Amino acid sequence: MEKNEEFTPRILAFLCNWCSYAGADLAGTSRLKYPASILPIRVMCSSRVDPIFVLRAYLGGIDGVLVAGCHPGDCHYQEGNYYTRRRFAMLKKVFEETGLESDRLLLSWVSASEGQKYAKVATEFTGKIKELGENSTKNKIFL
Amino acid sequence: MTKSLKINKSTEQGVLELLKYLLENKKVKAVFTLKKIEKKGAVAYSLIADVKDLQDAVPFYPLMPVNAGNLLSRFTLKGSPDELVAAVVKPCELRGFVELIKREQGSLENLLIISSTCGGVYPTKFGVDGTVEKNLSKYWDAVKKGEIPDGSRPTCRSCEEFAPYVADITVDMLGKNDLDKQCMMFLNTKKAEEIAKGFKGDFSDKQMDSKKLDKAREKRGIEKKKLFDEIDKKMNGIDGLIEIFGKCISCHGCSKVCPICYCVLCEFESSDSEYGPSNFETELRKRPGLRVPPGTLYFHLGRLTHISISCVACGACDDVCPSDIPVAMVFKKVSESVQKMFDYIPGKNVDEKIPLITFKKDEFKEFEG
Repeated sequence: MEKNEEFTPRILAFLCNWCSYAGADLAGTSRLKYPASILPIRVMCSSRVDPIFVLRAYLGGIDGVLVAGCHPGDCHYQEGNYYTRRRFAMLKKVFEETGLESDRLLLSWVSASEGQKYAKVATEFTGKIKELGENSTKNKIFL
Repeated sequence: MTKSLKINKSTEQGVLELLKYLLENKKVKAVFTLKKIEKKGAVAYSLIADVKDLQDAVPFYPLMPVNAGNLLSRFTLKGSPDELVAAVVKPCELRGFVELIKREQGSLENLLIISSTCGGVYPTKFGVDGTVEKNLSKYWDAVKKGEIPDGSRPTCRSCEEFAPYVADITVDMLGKNDLDKQCMMFLNTKKAEEIAKGFKGDFSDKQMDSKKLDKAREKRGIEKKKLFDEIDKKMNGIDGLIEIFGKCISCHGCSKVCPICYCVLCEFESSDSEYGPSNFETELRKRPGLRVPPGTLYFHLGRLTHISISCVACGACDDVCPSDIPVAMVFKKVSESVQKMFDYIPGKNVDEKIPLITFKKDEFKEFEG
């Protein structure tokens, strides 16, 4: 990447089918503006996200990973997002302890009616990642 | 109140005496314990059904050829034994077994678990080349004083969980200054009390002296801090991790011997994790180059996210690593803070759920963004 070119982060977003994906859809149909940095992957539930998915993306050089699901109590499968939260906390701890940049990971709750919130989360997270700069794993050979 | 049993023999002899009694009186069908293979000091876990074969049994030999938690899991996976089997294992092996039981990989049914306050073990290679045999008297001297035996595994040197949790019988060893003259056992369960009835020894209501254990814990805590600081200096982000794990030859031995890594179809060995020509091409489009085979960091960090919640820090992974990567210390350090977050001690209680398969509605709000 050339130096004067503005850095556009690439952010992977795991969106749950029932809330966050619909929320992202709503943001789109409501024509809300948010950065094009997000690459969404639809999962049936946020608890489907094995921490190693996030890890693989991170080591693959992605600049940020967003995991989004229904608000606590609203999970389509009753309690999936509670497990997600614990797992995410664990994953962040592993990142912190090993000295990896845990700030590149974000967990957020976005319901199907929260197009606004989705746009806000996407914008803010992109801004934060821009501050952090490129993920350095991208340039590593020994992985 | 815990019942205690005193035998006027050396600790190991005393336990062997009890095992002999159990076998002779058909109170147990077999004994699961370490047995010497040859004079040099190689040992293997074995099931012993005949009293005669107990003569080479060395229940507290300072070696852990395989984590017995793994073995007991395989022994009980498809069903428990019909009759009682006594198993002599180390505290961390027992904790590993309990974690496996929580994952439905075994059961405590019809097992009589005998464990001890543990002085630690030597790396397995020292057992094969005769070093352990030479150092035995030094080892027991250190155990007597509650000190850390020289040259023992780093995870053992820094182990603060040396007292067993769910054992039926706990043998008093660490810090017991007369262990070569007297054997002290604590019968923690009804099962143990029942089975020891009729055995010739001094039964009383004594309890384990917790002060000497606290002292030993303190010593190991200091050692732990030292070892943690060392590893912490190396674990500084992606570059540090590459330095640590870059030597990995991807034999996956650490996961094979791990008592927590139990998946038969391991993600990291599936064809999904295999790099084909197209994967290499994709990688080379964004990177200046790529290590072959790739994915060593992915494997180790992935394993960390999978097992850190239950890691018992037995050190088996360190032992098998052909590249001398300090796997165990990395895992111990990271796992301790993960487990602390959930206030969880792996292997402490069979009925306590693994934190990742349970939840509270109001918690970890700080992780929501």
